[in-house]
Amino acid sequence: MLVSILRQGSYLIASIHEALNDREIVQFQRDLVEQIGTHRARGVIIDVAALDVMDSFGSRTLLNLAHAARLRGAETVIVGIQPTVAFAMVRLGMGLDNVHTALDLEEGLECLQRLLQEPRDHQSPR
Amino acid sequence: METRSPDEVPVVQEGREEDLELLPELVTHLRDRRTELREQWANRITNAHLLSAMTDEEIFSMATSVYDNYVEVLETGSVEALQAYARDLSERIIPRGVETYEVVGIVLLLRDVLARSLFEKYQKDFELLNRVLDAYEPAANRIANTVAVSFVQERERIIRQQQDAIRELSTPVLQVRERILILPIIGVLDEQRANQFTEQLLAGIRNNRAKVVVIDITGVPDVDSEVANHLVQAVDASRLMGASVILTGLSPEIAQTLVTIGVDLGKMNTVGDLQGGVEEAERLLGFQVTKSDTVGNHQH
Repeated sequence: MLVSILRQGSYLIASIHEALNDREIVQFQRDLVEQIGTHRARGVIIDVAALDVMDSFGSRTLLNLAHAARLRGAETVIVGIQPTVAFAMVRLGMGLDNVHTALDLEEGLECLQRLLQEPRDHQSPR
Repeated sequence: METRSPDEVPVVQEGREEDLELLPELVTHLRDRRTELREQWANRITNAHLLSAMTDEEIFSMATSVYDNYVEVLETGSVEALQAYARDLSERIIPRGVETYEVVGIVLLLRDVLARSLFEKYQKDFELLNRVLDAYEPAANRIANTVAVSFVQERERIIRQQQDAIRELSTPVLQVRERILILPIIGVLDEQRANQFTEQLLAGIRNNRAKVVVIDITGVPDVDSEVANHLVQAVDASRLMGASVILTGLSPEIAQTLVTIGVDLGKMNTVGDLQGGVEEAERLLGFQVTKSDTVGNHQH
């Protein structure tokens, strides 16, 4: 299994276990946005700690996913971006602007909790 | 392209065989007039205000060695001894601020002094003088080349050594409070150092589970658009790892420069000095530092 999507209370936790190709990542995006609705999730965490490379398509899809999730009523936090991946993404000019990021799962949960306490229109990433 | 080891000075060979036969005669002449010519040379060095970092005695002893090496090169055609001497000399005089033009200048002076003495000796026979110069000039040029190249190579070696030393002074990653890191940057931030810095920053964030990082650039002498760009990248990469960055220590000049060259640091959280940066970091994480009443009230 390349991706697991687990439900934890009102959160969905999606862990990517290995590098996805373009088709798989689009499939993942579709599944996740779908499941936000079925589980009535309010928060989504995408854990990419297992990835040691991320291409521009991958990061753009994650960005789209976060925006789509917000339209479906859930906040997204991307966690576990590796130092080398972060550096490579920045050097290629692929920032994840307007998306929340956190160090790891634990931080991500904390971040979601904080986000969901605040009124929605005050939410802006650091 | 022909490849050669960096130590080797390329040999420019010119001069015909029969002219080279005149070299021994030349060498004898220069040996005979050694004291006088050396004296002349040393005087011209002093008059031209070259090697002002060296004392007269030092110039004289250097002049002696170079003169003897010079004649030896003319005699044997091998520049190795001269090269070694020039390296050794350069190593000693570079730290004292001797410049390239001075070294080139003195070698050219010696060339002129010797050429004049040859003019004097052979002025009666123009034909012979021409042939003597044909033999002398290539050798003399080669010597000038050797000394100048040795000097520059030695200087480059020292520069490389110092660059390595600077590189090894890696940027420290300091934890001041739980989840707050300080990274002071001192010195010039070039491409390579910037990359190393970002790597250390990101590794530091992961290893210390940092949420806020204070980067202090008080020790960076000059910030241009390239350095600013490196800093922006470091900040963006940190954000991807869930840490926010506070930039401190931008001097008034640097702030002005950045505004003038139009670098957008708007996304960055900047605070005037390191103290302010740490306070801001504490605020972000909800720390409150209060002064205890019982301490610090020892006024009499």
